Amino acid sequence: MKFMLMMSTPGGGEYQIMQWPKQDIEAHIAFMMGFTRKLHAAGELVGAEGLAPPSQAKRVRAGDDARPITDGVFPEAKEFLAGYWIVDVGSPQRAYEIAAEASAAPGVGGKPMNMPIEVREVMSAPPNPK
Amino acid sequence: MTSGPGSSESSLEHLLRELAPQVLGAVMRRYRDFAASEDAVQEALIAAAEQWPRDGVPNNPRGWLIQVALRRMTDQVRSEIARRNRESELAQELPVVVAPVIYSEPQMDPEDTLVLLFMCCHPALTSASAIALTLRAVGGLNTAEIAKAFLVPEATMAQRISRAKQSVKTSQIPFSMPEAHERTARIGSVMHVLYLIFNEGYTASSGDSLQRTDLAVEAIRLTRLLHSLLAESPDVTGLLALMLLTDARRHARTGPNGELIPLDEQDRSLWDRQMIAEGTSLVTEAMTRGPVGEYPLQAAIAALHDEATDVESTDWPQILALYSVLKGMSDNPMVALNHAVATAMVQGPRAGLALLEPLGKDERMSGTHRLDAVRAHLLERANDRDAASASYLAAAEKTTSLPERHYLLMRAARLRGEER
Repeated sequence: MKFMLMMSTPGGGEYQIMQWPKQDIEAHIAFMMGFTRKLHAAGELVGAEGLAPPSQAKRVRAGDDARPITDGVFPEAKEFLAGYWIVDVGSPQRAYEIAAEASAAPGVGGKPMNMPIEVREVMSAPPNPK
Repeated sequence: MTSGPGSSESSLEHLLRELAPQVLGAVMRRYRDFAASEDAVQEALIAAAEQWPRDGVPNNPRGWLIQVALRRMTDQVRSEIARRNRESELAQELPVVVAPVIYSEPQMDPEDTLVLLFMCCHPALTSASAIALTLRAVGGLNTAEIAKAFLVPEATMAQRISRAKQSVKTSQIPFSMPEAHERTARIGSVMHVLYLIFNEGYTASSGDSLQRTDLAVEAIRLTRLLHSLLAESPDVTGLLALMLLTDARRHARTGPNGELIPLDEQDRSLWDRQMIAEGTSLVTEAMTRGPVGEYPLQAAIAALHDEATDVESTDWPQILALYSVLKGMSDNPMVALNHAVATAMVQGPRAGLALLEPLGKDERMSGTHRLDAVRAHLLERANDRDAASASYLAAAEKTTSLPERHYLLMRAARLRGEER
């Protein structure tokens, strides 16, 4: 079973990590890299990406002439997707365990952040047409 | 058989990659169809990778590969004709006879490889197409290896390659040497593609590097090949030197967690002295050959960095002089940015910061984090900590490279920490 684990960041500004003390940033980065490496080593990782900050985000719609109309940043949004992992595991419980581990990533002063991680099952589909 | 089944896997891989463009050239001479010939050569390479470790390397490996690839092509032509015959009402009356392939050693010309490079790096192709085609047709890499290097699924890369081949066909890019008058420009296109491959490999320090095809190594190998064919070109010599002098610092430029280490903080004992020696002698050769282009000049700058034992003893006035020449040659804002850095090292950070002003208004700089990053470094040198920290954060907001963002965040946090 494949699951997408989505990590969000509060909206309305830069990533919170940007104002942390140096050793806290270091600890957080080391945790995240080790976490992903561990998933990879366990054969559970399908993919993982971190996203560029919301300040670069655009909302796009097709105009009447089908050309893209882009909107700038939208400060009203409560939170933004910051990154995700896709894991292939035997049960939803295992996906929740992994999500909880990510949620407890160290924050300021090394305290667990306990940030919410949204877990969504990836639907299966026939293989891509050749 | 020249060697038994015990021959090592990596040397076999090396041999196959070296032979790939020569084999493709030979097949292309008989059948002009690039897409089909390239597929046939890939299949021959796969067959060799399976059979040679088991049965030993044949006495004439190139001849073996050419024969297998040509047989592939004949099979394809036969089945194509059979298909047409089946579809034709006249099939019974006019059977098409396929002439048997004569398995003699086909003509071999070292220029074939050069012609292939010109084809794959043709200006009508997008750079993404050119890069993928060059790595496959000239580099002898398979689709899976190229996909891994760019961290995209294999199916995506297969599609990119097949579209690139389609472009070669629709743009009617010929398998022939370019006309004399366009030769310089076409060599420029080839060098640009090789440089892009190198840069992709050099900057992609994130991810599981053991799993990835090393594009910097591939780019150096292909540039060596180009250099062996065009040894008289100072630009090609300069490009090879630039790659060697840059890649020599590979082991010093990232820490254990993939974090970036800037030039002034690198452990210089980790630099590859052999690569530096080779690069330096190449750049010296290129610089004494008359008018020099951008690559030899960039290489000369890299050589000055590599020769210095630390940042302070670096010959900054000489580097500044070289950047001034480069700045006069091109309107590239990145060159202007580096020129400002060199100015700061010679005349002080404020002089460098003053040169950044006009760059802030340059449209081409708006999407990149580099201007903010350089400004931050110069402000830090000028001891303006608050402004430096803010500039590091501005750069961190803009970069799309994770290791770079980490590095910039860390610099900002360090300055904030020192204030307390």
